[in-house]
Amino acid sequence: MSVGQQPILELQGITKSFGGVEALRGVDFALYPGEIHGLVGENGAGKSTLMKIIAGVHTEFSGRFLVDGREMHFRSARDAHAAGIAMVHQELSVAPDLTVAENVFLGNQPTNALGLVQWRRMAREAGEQLARFGIDVDPMARLGDLPIGLQQLIEIARVLFSGARIVILDEPTSALSPPEVERLFTTLRRLREEGTAIVFISHFIEDILLVSDTVTVFRNGRKVAETASAATSKGALIEAMIGRGGEALEHSYTDDLMLPQPSGSKVILKADQLSLSRSLQDVSFESRAGEVLGIYGFMGCGQQELSRILFGKLKPDSGTLAVEGVPKTFASTAAARRAGVALVPESRRDMLFHQEPVYKNISISILDRISSLLLKPAQERDIAKRQVDQLQIRPPVVGLDLGMLSGGNQQKVALAKWLTYPPKLLVLCEPTRGMDVGAKNDVINIVRDLRTKGLAIIVLSTEPETVLSLADRILVLKRGALVREFKNEPVSKDRLLEAA
Amino acid sequence: MSSETAMATGQRTRGLAPFLRSQMRNIAPFLTLIFLTAFFAFASPSFATLDNLGNILTQVSVTGIIAVGLTFVILCAEIDLSIAAIANVTGIAVAYFTLQESYVNIANVPLPGAVAIILSLLLCALLGLVNALGLTVIGIPSFIMTLAMMQIAAGISALLVRGQIAYKVPSLITTLGSGSIGGIPWIVIVAAIMLLAGHLVLTYTRFGRYVYMVGGNREAAEYSGLNVKLILGAVMVISAVCSGIGGMLGVAHFGSAQQNEFDTYLLDSIAAVVVGGTSLFGGRGGIGNTIVGLFVLGVLNNGLDHVNIDSFLKILIRGLILLAALVINVYAQRLREKAAE
Repeated sequence: MSVGQQPILELQGITKSFGGVEALRGVDFALYPGEIHGLVGENGAGKSTLMKIIAGVHTEFSGRFLVDGREMHFRSARDAHAAGIAMVHQELSVAPDLTVAENVFLGNQPTNALGLVQWRRMAREAGEQLARFGIDVDPMARLGDLPIGLQQLIEIARVLFSGARIVILDEPTSALSPPEVERLFTTLRRLREEGTAIVFISHFIEDILLVSDTVTVFRNGRKVAETASAATSKGALIEAMIGRGGEALEHSYTDDLMLPQPSGSKVILKADQLSLSRSLQDVSFESRAGEVLGIYGFMGCGQQELSRILFGKLKPDSGTLAVEGVPKTFASTAAARRAGVALVPESRRDMLFHQEPVYKNISISILDRISSLLLKPAQERDIAKRQVDQLQIRPPVVGLDLGMLSGGNQQKVALAKWLTYPPKLLVLCEPTRGMDVGAKNDVINIVRDLRTKGLAIIVLSTEPETVLSLADRILVLKRGALVREFKNEPVSKDRLLEAA
Repeated sequence: MSSETAMATGQRTRGLAPFLRSQMRNIAPFLTLIFLTAFFAFASPSFATLDNLGNILTQVSVTGIIAVGLTFVILCAEIDLSIAAIANVTGIAVAYFTLQESYVNIANVPLPGAVAIILSLLLCALLGLVNALGLTVIGIPSFIMTLAMMQIAAGISALLVRGQIAYKVPSLITTLGSGSIGGIPWIVIVAAIMLLAGHLVLTYTRFGRYVYMVGGNREAAEYSGLNVKLILGAVMVISAVCSGIGGMLGVAHFGSAQQNEFDTYLLDSIAAVVVGGTSLFGGRGGIGNTIVGLFVLGVLNNGLDHVNIDSFLKILIRGLILLAALVINVYAQRLREKAAE
């Protein structure tokens, strides 16, 4: 990235909108050969949209797109690939049933004159490539038998060694252990010396500062800062990501919020040393009646797994749960429900029956409370009607198929399922994600109301605002371990991000 | 008259298009039934008679009894391929526990009739339980699990009869399988009672609701705190017991118990459920659909005997009708999903 060098990739005034909503507004971006360029920004700031434009996934946008100084128009990801651009997506995309070597050479296996695959050559070359990466595995092993972190490293290796000149890595480190992250960084540095240009997206600002030369910060679809990594700090980057001065429409929680004195009320749930393979390590906490416990962390930090363990959907490898002092090992979600635990998962699709009427959705988890053998549809409808009125679900028609409701109203139905006979512990995953401001406020009010009624509530979210707007006490989960507890002290978005 | 009904339905289509589109899976089989009935009534004077209606009812009874349990299974988006084999082994077992005539060369264990019936029912329930455990505890897909059970049940049948044929079954079974009361065959009454019971369970009980919900969205059922495995296990046992009852009455109806006697009932039962419009993806349909499906198959099988048609061609025609029903089944699901959007 020396002065006078021509950028390998240059974007000028990129604007992209989805259905009238501008995801990117006039973004300029330049990438130089032999540079590692870090990208940071909150969820929805526009990083991924920009990267998908570069990788040829989004082809409709306005602005100029130059590779090696020549204007390009990609029509597909294939075109981008032909231009030497490769991307590693956040979700693992490997073929677990094929061998390591086949995965490394996926799509371009070496063949002989007859078109037959040259297995020995493929295995040898795959082994050599992976060895450069510091990965020592049998190239003929089945990929799916390897640990997830190793699989991810192999996928990254495949892209890095595919001959691409521009490599985009989207959250490559979230599933990796610290030594694996170190290995990845060593390889990235070596590729940089060979002249490859690398874009590195991560929520882990330390990682960005450690490995990248330049950092670009996105906020609300705009590029708000670009600095040399050496000249900035974690605090400065977080400040740039969040923005000061009332730019955001909603309460942005940039100022300190005082958490209350922890309540001395009854412990409803006690989790002790919960561990789950690579997802969770020795997670211990208590959840009390009349208290909202917020658990904040980045995507992939183990929140999802934790919530599933609390509801008996996943079994921890080790560790114990106790509800009101009674040790529990949930054999099924039904057992967790009977013990007084309720879960609203982050995906409404997983929670609701879209082809069934609203009242059946609301009554399903309490049917055994209102009927032993025969159904009582009239009573079901009454109960549903009460919930629909109380939570102001629109339209207030309990016989309507759930699929006809808007997302926010569906989310309320997902809550309503548990409220007729309130559980002792309510676990909410991303309770306000993807909702408009009005629906968000409704949900927040419902949760606060339930707290007043004495429920123990756990809110797990990757959005700092959600946790800050609801929680009385906040735990920060980082790569599967609890790293910080906020209680009876001032907290803000900066402080949360800083801790994660 | 049937064409008038079809026309009236056609006119309502334009007025209530979205509703009817969502009801496609119920309407299509019914129209098929009306069409087939009209066709055979027109093609053969001996078809549309009261006597022949009785024939059709009797002919679909065993399939109907087996299809009751299978409807539960398919509503849960699972499948049971062992129904015919379990019917067969239960029918053979009830004969095995009954004193046979001296010329029947089977090493059997004669027991009182009631005991024989109870033991046979326990046998089919046990086989269903094995299906249930394989599916829920071990996690074998039902398609494969019941394929294995099909072989196991056939193997037990083979060991019990060793290529011979048994004739005698307990008198209660003989009556229910081949007797009649007031001109109505008992087997038709049993089938009707079981279909009705199945319908009542599915429509009016908590368990029935769970079956629909598990079939509609298994993940959501689990997140609602339902014991999904218990429900899946229960439907596999119900399916096996219905098959067993069908097998016992079938043996009495045919007058003999032997190997491979029920082989055609596997396809017929699946066809009845699916042709009737119960969704292969689970959660939609029910016993009402199965009844229509039974009549479609019954009318088709019976009607083809009344018209002058190559008997080998019958098999092909049945296959084509089944294919058409499958197309409608999948298509109806898509229409419904569109209507819901």
